[in-house]
Amino acid sequence: MPQTNRENGISPARLAPADVQANFSDLHPAYDEHEARVAADRCYFCHDAPCMTACPTSIDIPLFIRQIATGTSEAAAKTILDQNILGGMCARVCPTETLCEEVCVREIAEGKPVEIGRLQRHATDTLMAQGKHPFTRAASTGKTVAVVGAGPAGLACAHRLAMLGHDVVVFEARAKGGGLNEFGIAAYKSTNDFAQKELDWLLGIGGIDIRYDQPLGKSVTLDGLQSDFDAVFLGMGLTAVNALRLDGEDKENVTDAVDFIAELRQASDLSKLPVGRRVVVIGGGMTAIDAGVQAKLLGAEDVTIVYRRGQEAMAASKFEQDLAQQKGVTLICNATPVGIEGNGSLTGVTFAYTETQNGKLVTLDETFTLPADQLFKAIGQALGDIPDTLKIESGKITVDAAQKTNVAGVWAGGDCASGGDDLTVTAVAEGRDAAMDIHATLTGAS
Amino acid sequence: MADLTSNFLGIKSPNPFWLASAPPTDKEYNVRRAFEAGWGGVVWKTLGAEGPPVVNVNGPRYGAIHGADRRLLGLNNIELITDRPLEVNLEEMTRVKKDYPDHALIASVMVPCEEDEWKRIIPRIAETGCDGFELNFGCPHGMAERGMGSAVGQVPEYIEMVTRWCKEATDLPVIVKLTPNITNILMPAQAAKDGGADAVSLINTINSITSVDLDAMSPEPMIDGKGTHGGYCGPAVKPIALNMVAEIARNPGTHGLPISGIGGVTTWRDAAEFMALGAGNVQVCTAAMTYGFKVVQEMISGLSQWMDEKGYTSVDEIVGRAVPNVTDWQYLNLNHVTKARIDQDACIQCGRCYAACEDTSHQAISMSDDRVFDVKDDECVACNLCVNVCPVEGCITMETIAPGAMDERTGKVVEKEYANWTTHPNNPTATAAE
Repeated sequence: MPQTNRENGISPARLAPADVQANFSDLHPAYDEHEARVAADRCYFCHDAPCMTACPTSIDIPLFIRQIATGTSEAAAKTILDQNILGGMCARVCPTETLCEEVCVREIAEGKPVEIGRLQRHATDTLMAQGKHPFTRAASTGKTVAVVGAGPAGLACAHRLAMLGHDVVVFEARAKGGGLNEFGIAAYKSTNDFAQKELDWLLGIGGIDIRYDQPLGKSVTLDGLQSDFDAVFLGMGLTAVNALRLDGEDKENVTDAVDFIAELRQASDLSKLPVGRRVVVIGGGMTAIDAGVQAKLLGAEDVTIVYRRGQEAMAASKFEQDLAQQKGVTLICNATPVGIEGNGSLTGVTFAYTETQNGKLVTLDETFTLPADQLFKAIGQALGDIPDTLKIESGKITVDAAQKTNVAGVWAGGDCASGGDDLTVTAVAEGRDAAMDIHATLTGAS
Repeated sequence: MADLTSNFLGIKSPNPFWLASAPPTDKEYNVRRAFEAGWGGVVWKTLGAEGPPVVNVNGPRYGAIHGADRRLLGLNNIELITDRPLEVNLEEMTRVKKDYPDHALIASVMVPCEEDEWKRIIPRIAETGCDGFELNFGCPHGMAERGMGSAVGQVPEYIEMVTRWCKEATDLPVIVKLTPNITNILMPAQAAKDGGADAVSLINTINSITSVDLDAMSPEPMIDGKGTHGGYCGPAVKPIALNMVAEIARNPGTHGLPISGIGGVTTWRDAAEFMALGAGNVQVCTAAMTYGFKVVQEMISGLSQWMDEKGYTSVDEIVGRAVPNVTDWQYLNLNHVTKARIDQDACIQCGRCYAACEDTSHQAISMSDDRVFDVKDDECVACNLCVNVCPVEGCITMETIAPGAMDERTGKVVEKEYANWTTHPNNPTATAAE
């Protein structure tokens, strides 16, 4: 793909618009009907299936695949959505290679799993294309629940509560819903504005009122919500980011990867989005990969992801690491940043090599400098300001198995709560389970 | 959502999916789990006369035909009726029926062809609280050598006689299970009806040898170097079963006799097809044996979705709906003319249609140097072989030639009026059209 713009610094239109468009097309394109049948045919309908156990939302995977195989993708979608109302997005963004597909018996036997994620997308896309919402609300309970955050946890919680007959008000800090589905996932995983479409479709259940620009601690407070509602669910995610704590971190082109990803998702024309010529990303998780790959796809000439530990310790899956390398991103492991270079604007980042000695990461004396005109930090996110009454452990709101916090009448789930991986599918499971416990509490069914 | 509840002969069940009399219904443990998994009813594994139960072989009982990806297409077995004492089965049936009053529990029975034997055992089994009986006149191996099973089912007079004995012995519904190992299914069906049967169920398994071990030179399944014919079932037998069900449903003598459809039902669609051809419900065995009891969940969700899409509100609305369209060859419309059409955008240029047509049909497909395949309308007899061998679904279709247009093969204008063989000029016994 010809480079059209080799200017140093941050610059838009490094590639022709058509090339950018092609770069950001669907990572896992939809199956056609025949492909779906052939893929579904490979499923063995395992007993007590490992894939189902591996799914944080416990979707009955063998059943939904069999329903696709017998020409009833709508029934398949219902099987998925019964457990995971954001099954459409999870089909696109789940790291299936470390969840259901990793334990597929055909992965173990042949190194070629049933493509569960794509089949799930086929089913949910089929149903959603019909424009009908497949669930109905139970009779009104007269109870009201406040949900903080319109991300995966909050939406899953709100939908389940609405379905059970409660009235839900969602307080969202941003001007748009969807949470990380809308702001935090690589664009090639959620094309054609899918996050907003799925949100609109989800709201088709009725009984959910989303109020935007309502961050917790500013326009709304936990005390206020507790007095105005019968229950409160907190699903605001991680709103702060970790810092490198290096001099020069305040330079103009040193930014948080999450902001770059969000900006990219909200851009109306990606070919006009500026990116550096030589980009360095620091981190080893999905955020680092998403930022690095997308910088490359926008036309950055060199992109290097630098991670302080060994490659095997990266939080990003092997599939994601391979994807980055396929797209031309360089991975450097066992190096930690020690200096941000540049007199004025950023010119490079200096790293020291590291080594694990007796289980401890040790920084060595030898260093190297990567030239860079843009640096993205992807070294983790953290809770933002949280009401003092909530108990925190390891940087997350403490919850029990039913997602209850230490404050009576307050539940929490998703990335802001303890337990589980920081994944969309885990957030959905936690939001759903919290809703079931809230329902049991409010109706005295427990 | 569509109502799947079933009422077959007054026997109610939550859905029309029953497990057939076979290994899956051999004991209380399985049947309870089957009901919990969603099955609407069971026909308990065939009970035999009191006394020492039958014995089974201690080597392999099953043989199979597989597709390339080990999909089980056909299964054959040489297992006999229950090999557990009658008393144990009766106690278990009583307990299960008591705990599942809303599910169907049918007793399958097979005893020697003597009036006393049948009249003694039927009332005794009725004490379990079972909803009805199924007379096993179908089992083709082992028991048939002893004058039971298909040995009865192959003699219409015996069917009628035993059915009558059973009807005299109970007020509960009596279903007669038919063997397909006959030349004309109408005769045993008619005999069952004449004997007073409330319904027939079919098909039982088909005499078969699934394969031969070419090293041992023995049929499979092989027991110590020898094999015997077994009963074939599973997806492979469905077309045979559908035809037999349809024949009974459309024949004036047996039309209206309730039918429980059996033979390769694996998905909701199979069940819907059996029911459209006249079956009031279906019985399943091989699908459960291949995939476990959970497979019924797909049958339930699929049938329900399809009924909703079609606007059917109860299963009774499906039953027999296709029967009026099953006819004799001589009544097919000879003025209905179609031609194959190849969608060039969908074509992947494999040439299978060409090979099939050129070598084995009517030389009605042309092939260009750059592998473009086209139908020659002046040769195409509309046999459909190209459609069937094409690997791309929907790539080759049959287009109906509108009345008034020319059929280039015959050089005649397609006529609007229906006309069949009975009035065709080439038919020496043709009757003049009125």
